[in-house]
Amino acid sequence: MEGMTIMVEISSNLLFAAFFLYLAATICFAVSVTGRKWRDKQGEVTGNRLGTIGYVAAWIGFVLQVGYFFTRWIAAGHVPVSNMFEYTTFLGMALTIAFLILYGIYRTAVLGMFTMPIVMLIIAFASVFPTEVEPLIPALQSNWLKIHVTTTALGQGLLSIGFAAGLIYLIRTLDFTKRDKKVFWLETIMYSLISLVSFILVRYIFRLADYEAAFTYVNENGEEAEMMYYLPALLGPNEASLQTQGALEPLVTMPSWIRSDDANTVVWSLAAGLVLYILLRLILRRPIGGALQPLLKNINPETVDEVSYRAIAIGFPVFTLGGLIFAMIWAQIAWTRFWGWDPKEVWALITFLFYAAYLHLRLSRGWHGEPSAWLCVIGFVIIMFNLVFVNLVIAGLHSYA
Amino acid sequence: MEKVTCGECGHLNPYGTHLCESCGKPLDEKDKQASMVDMRYEGVARRSQTYNKTVIDKIWNFFSSVKIGVTIIILTLIASSIGTIFPQEMYIPGNVDPAQHYEEEYGIAGLIYYTLGFHNLYGSWWYMALIAGLGISLIIASLDRVVPLYRALKKQKTSRNEGFLKRQRLFSVSETKNAEDMLEKSEDYLRRKRYNVKVENESLLAEKNRFARWGPYINHIGLILFLTGCMLRFFPGMYVDELIWVREGETEAVAGTERQYYVENEKFSIETYDENNETFAPALERAGGSQIKTYQTDAVLYESSGGTVGTEPDLTEIKTDNIEVNHPLRFDDYALYQYDYKLNELNVMSLSMNDRESGETIGTIDIDLFDPQGEYDLGNGYRVVIESYFPNFEFDENGEPSTISDIPDNPAFIFRMFSPEHPDEGEYSFVAIRSNEDIFGENTYEMSFEGVETKNVTALKVRKDHTLPFLIAGGSIFMIGLIQGSYWSHRRIWLRRFGNELWAAGHTNKHWASLKKDFQSLSEKTGLTVPEDKQAKKAMEEETSDGRDDDNGRN
Repeated sequence: MEGMTIMVEISSNLLFAAFFLYLAATICFAVSVTGRKWRDKQGEVTGNRLGTIGYVAAWIGFVLQVGYFFTRWIAAGHVPVSNMFEYTTFLGMALTIAFLILYGIYRTAVLGMFTMPIVMLIIAFASVFPTEVEPLIPALQSNWLKIHVTTTALGQGLLSIGFAAGLIYLIRTLDFTKRDKKVFWLETIMYSLISLVSFILVRYIFRLADYEAAFTYVNENGEEAEMMYYLPALLGPNEASLQTQGALEPLVTMPSWIRSDDANTVVWSLAAGLVLYILLRLILRRPIGGALQPLLKNINPETVDEVSYRAIAIGFPVFTLGGLIFAMIWAQIAWTRFWGWDPKEVWALITFLFYAAYLHLRLSRGWHGEPSAWLCVIGFVIIMFNLVFVNLVIAGLHSYA
Repeated sequence: MEKVTCGECGHLNPYGTHLCESCGKPLDEKDKQASMVDMRYEGVARRSQTYNKTVIDKIWNFFSSVKIGVTIIILTLIASSIGTIFPQEMYIPGNVDPAQHYEEEYGIAGLIYYTLGFHNLYGSWWYMALIAGLGISLIIASLDRVVPLYRALKKQKTSRNEGFLKRQRLFSVSETKNAEDMLEKSEDYLRRKRYNVKVENESLLAEKNRFARWGPYINHIGLILFLTGCMLRFFPGMYVDELIWVREGETEAVAGTERQYYVENEKFSIETYDENNETFAPALERAGGSQIKTYQTDAVLYESSGGTVGTEPDLTEIKTDNIEVNHPLRFDDYALYQYDYKLNELNVMSLSMNDRESGETIGTIDIDLFDPQGEYDLGNGYRVVIESYFPNFEFDENGEPSTISDIPDNPAFIFRMFSPEHPDEGEYSFVAIRSNEDIFGENTYEMSFEGVETKNVTALKVRKDHTLPFLIAGGSIFMIGLIQGSYWSHRRIWLRRFGNELWAAGHTNKHWASLKKDFQSLSEKTGLTVPEDKQAKKAMEEETSDGRDDDNGRN
């Protein structure tokens, strides 16, 4: 059994290496987009070698991550997509696959410049969750685990590329000299992404510092209980009493029905995100989107719009197959019914309905360009909501993380 | 209404047609003025765009509108999300009153949620109405479009009208002395690119993937079939959904099979993961305990061959199987699923009758807790009569002993002990778990607890669903249509020679970049001028453009 521990070790090293290759790819794509240009008569950027190098780096990163995936599979004895860490990491991989497909069709370096950092963010976010190899509960012991989960993740990855391209479209075309609603919402997206970065940073900084604060508190049943904080408590548990010497006393305490440690983490992320965001605004002296816009001036918005639509046109059937059809088949086998209005099921249906509405608006009512890009953003918010909120907050049959 | 004759080719078009079905000539004043014609649905006459007089027209127009369809989708989406705010009624504990539960658990928000009926949202009449509206919209919107579209694509001529060609989004004119030659080379090349090529009167039509146009309608048919399958569940007898509890060693009739099938539980077992397993140890330690690996019922299925009511059924063994989660036992149209369990249910209880003073045991009785005998004879004038039996004992509101259920979770007895000393009246003794009282004062004898036998009980879900074939067919047709419409695009290239000029135009229903690529390579092979993308040009000119191509604001 010694071998299995080594296998887990190899696996996490491969993931680490993949992460750095994605970083390298991001840099190549960014330089390729912002550096000198060669354009042909159609206004398309061609002959850019750095873009190709970035593409190769993304491929190597992908191969390394596939290595992570299969070594962990061997170690665990089951496909590694069964908890938050594993699923979220796999979603990062699915996004890479989706990117590789769409780069193959459109050869747009700018897509890599936005997608690769999102992949890195997702993998870093995944590592915040417990990474131990977990055994499978009976309901998950099925071949449908591989089929349903991987197909769904791939679908979500493709739909997320639609978001990345939509975001590029918005940054490229919005008028940042105005201070209107559109700029406000785009900056909100930027702030959300920065908050995600802050969340990961804050968690890592305090983990490195080995910060721990134990509390006794009164839980919702009126009983005394213990809770461990790994971040300084801005929000403490109900009737908290700090047990660790030298740790921060809570600024405020929460009522018992709120998961105070989660609420504390959210407040930390949002606050740190705000600090980072304001710092960036002060340095750049304009909206973040407005600062990025000049880098994208050579991008053809029409092409980006089509990439976004193409990603969704490819991703929608894949998501439907994995997230609804395979899901129903498996639910019939494992849970005795194909549909049970479990929150995760309902949110998969909501994702399906939303992209169905997107396709009808686009194909039949001509919502191209900007409205379409905004819809892609909302779609991504729904996907992330289903991943994070429904898994962690709304209890249901899918909450095994 | 009368038909419209095309001034160019003489084709008779239905009233309301924008572009001649045959040659494409714009018939509408608006299209004649525009730089691009509206190619949506080939400019056919759709019923919804043509008639608006009678009530039927109005209903038809309402449901055929994509705007209405999308509105219904968005409403369904919002309603569905509301249903996930708090657990639905089916997920709250079964033994509580929902009216109180929601308020107690979630406060005032819970009370509002319950009062508005959101605790049973997906079964509410208005949610059903939304789904029904979606179904009607799917049928009408599809019919409104697919019939005329099919006709137009079937009747399209190879040689297209000038006005049609030059108002395409992709259009170019190549001036060449060898227009004839260029046309021939193009035909060759496009055939190699797997286009379906037709040539007549110095005109060429190259077409690819027309079947992709039917994708949306096929997937709508699939959806309608799927919704029909869901609707069938409201009819009685369409499905079976029962739960049976079977004790180890016992055989029970499979509910919902009209006593045709019986199932025996030979053994129910639970296996947990080895906590010393090196790979899983850290995770198991963090989770703080063991984790279940398997729930398993070793089951035997029997079929009953007749036997009248009241007599023992005559059983024939059909099959044995180990039922686990993800591995139901299937027979006929039925499936038996591992659903729930109860470990160590009390089954037989042993008690002894003792002399209180000497402690001497007179005899021991074994009581089957599911089928106790009225009297147990111990010989020599000693016997025990069960006066009262409470399988799941409690004191009721009046302080009287009673039982909550027939399941012996907490058995209690009132015994009457007969002995040579008390041959007529006997002595009363009340025995429950951890309690042994004599009711009327000093007794000579007492009943004491000796031991229990327990059994595991398995709960099996019985399922049969006649709607599944509809759902499977509907789901498959939906996926086929979705893939067909999503992964292929219908591309057409028109070439037409006017003397020394070769006109080229192109249209696709999506993914214009791919069609442009085809023109690019066609140009490399034949010297044809690459058509300009009018829409991209327009977007480049007015940077603020939202990239909208044509007048799509209409429903």
